[in-house]
Amino acid sequence: MSDGGRNSLPAEVAAEIEALRPRYPTEEALLLPALHLMQKAAGGWLSQASIAAVAEHLGLPPSKVAGVVSFYDMFHEHPVGRHRVRLCTNLSCQLRGSDQLMDVLRAELGVGPGEVTGDGRCSWVEFECLGSCDTAPMAMIDDDYHENLTPDRLRAALKGLD
Amino acid sequence: MAFERVLTRNVGRAAARTVRGYRESGGYEALGRALKLDPGEIVEEVKRSGLRGRGGAGFPCGAKWGFVPRGTDRPKYIVCNADESEPGTFKDRLLMEHDPHQLIEGCVIAGRAVAANTTYIYIRGEYTHAARVLEEAIRDAYDQGVLGASVLGSGFRHDVYVHRGAGAYICGEETGMLESLEGKRGQPRVKPPFPAVVGAFGAPTVINNVETLCCVTHILQRGSEWFKSIGTDERNTGPKLYAISGHVERPGTYEYPIGVTFQELLDGCGGMYRGRALKAFIPGGASAPMLTAAESGIRMDFDNLAKAGSMLGSAAVIVMDETTCVVRAALRLARFFAHESCGQCTPCREGTNWMRLVLERIESGHGSEADLDLLARVVPNVGGISLCALGDAAQGPVKSLIEKFGDEIRDNLRNRRYPLPRVPFFDLGAVA
Ligand SMILES: Cc1cc2nc3c(=O)[nH]c(=O)nc-3n(C[C@H](O)[C@H](O)[C@H](O)COP(=O)(O)O)c2cc1C
Ligand code: SF4
Ligand code: FES
Repeated sequence: MSDGGRNSLPAEVAAEIEALRPRYPTEEALLLPALHLMQKAAGGWLSQASIAAVAEHLGLPPSKVAGVVSFYDMFHEHPVGRHRVRLCTNLSCQLRGSDQLMDVLRAELGVGPGEVTGDGRCSWVEFECLGSCDTAPMAMIDDDYHENLTPDRLRAALKGLD
Repeated sequence: MAFERVLTRNVGRAAARTVRGYRESGGYEALGRALKLDPGEIVEEVKRSGLRGRGGAGFPCGAKWGFVPRGTDRPKYIVCNADESEPGTFKDRLLMEHDPHQLIEGCVIAGRAVAANTTYIYIRGEYTHAARVLEEAIRDAYDQGVLGASVLGSGFRHDVYVHRGAGAYICGEETGMLESLEGKRGQPRVKPPFPAVVGAFGAPTVINNVETLCCVTHILQRGSEWFKSIGTDERNTGPKLYAISGHVERPGTYEYPIGVTFQELLDGCGGMYRGRALKAFIPGGASAPMLTAAESGIRMDFDNLAKAGSMLGSAAVIVMDETTCVVRAALRLARFFAHESCGQCTPCREGTNWMRLVLERIESGHGSEADLDLLARVVPNVGGISLCALGDAAQGPVKSLIEKFGDEIRDNLRNRRYPLPRVPFFDLGAVA
């Protein structure tokens, strides 16, 4: 990512950011979209170099960008698994068995929340309400909602990940 | 109950996601009507309807629009609040995924009413599917001349953009949302000035919830008299979505006239899970104080719930049966608020954490009656003098826990019953 000391964005990320530019009256407003795009292109997390590249592209101080990254739960400052499981454990899901699903994740993946499996395949976290309480308990795996989970359905979903 | 579903009429009708299919159900007629009206008349019509905000606070929508300064050429914005992060709430997702044009139409009408040429739909980052559906609908709307330089050939310009959040409950608070939209940490602003005067990018801004804007579409379609004829009284009008979850047979989003009773809601979703007894319910999302089975006849509208010491909030109804440890339920919500406090105000930052710690001690079996007294002293100091309503919201569940279940908790504490046995939801033997 480093180019003679200069940080640069992957060209396709830069192009996507530029396409969004006319939507906003300020440069700064591009920051959240830019971070989403960068994180997706960079394997699900934002390294110091990625943060610096976004900062430079938008002409913002890297410390400012880092401060924004740390504020939001969807941005990750440390490596995550190739697949990310967000298990909702908020009240409606708790009432319908998310505790038991947490046990399933521990057993199947062999790691605790926030940890990555040894092969880098998967990481999981407890997450706040994902707005799918009518299909509780549920989890978000990568970009998809897995609803009305049972221990077996969760195991099957995990097995289906490459 | 014989009641024509309005907001959810296109749920399950995939064709409604295109402009063409949406028009088959009368779509974009309301916008056509609005474009022929003077902007001030649109505001008046919405005022007359009695529509109150569906995002949580219940603020009168027309009055809010009326605060936007008129007759300036400065840019103005509509920001649609699609952050929907209040635990228990999932109604806006349904509206966006099944009927995106109903929302887009409401956004453009709002824009016309206050002379704003741009809407940002600020959608929570996790709603990837809803965001895609909206993006596609917006593209179609541009292609069909519904959006862009001349909305339906009227010469009025309106653009709609989807802006994704990134996982922070506080960005649902309107000024936290504006900060986030501007590319900053989503920390609420000092008010005044209010967003209607100084909002997004320093410009006058109207912030409305998804469901509120969908209601606007129907008010312009059928008139304020029709809207007013639905509901409890002139302060609680219109159709309303109730998102029901927890221990009921058929959780889901249900549309009723505002002011339906809790009991009717419960009956409508098949009653309690496996016929168990009702212990408590939260009528309006995590911020709303709990009510008990004795209160199940209550009308689910703004004023009746406020009178009962709770609130309609986002109308997210979380139902808990007799097997529920109410301390554990309140602890889960306390954990949520402690995690989501943005940390700017000391009472909220410290108080939410204190409530969490004390509840943890009680629930885990390490607490005493003195802890319950401590909790009662902490709760009133969590909200109040702070920048936004999150601190107040965090008090709700805990305050009601002490008021409504204090005796039960004391009894359990005296008899060292905590932690209460957890009743597993899945019968693992049977599921296999
Ligand atoms: C902590 C907090 C979180 C909020 N979250 C949401 C939300 O997710 N969605 C929403 O529409 N309103 C939310 N609100 C209410 C908004 O601040 C605002 O009142 C609302 O968007 C106004 O729209 P309405 O008048 O159409 O309801 C929240 C308020 C607070 C204090
Ligand atoms: S009340 Fe809490 S969430 Fe709201 S601004 Fe203050 S610290 Fe942040
Ligand atoms: S509580 Fe789990 S999705 Fe809402």
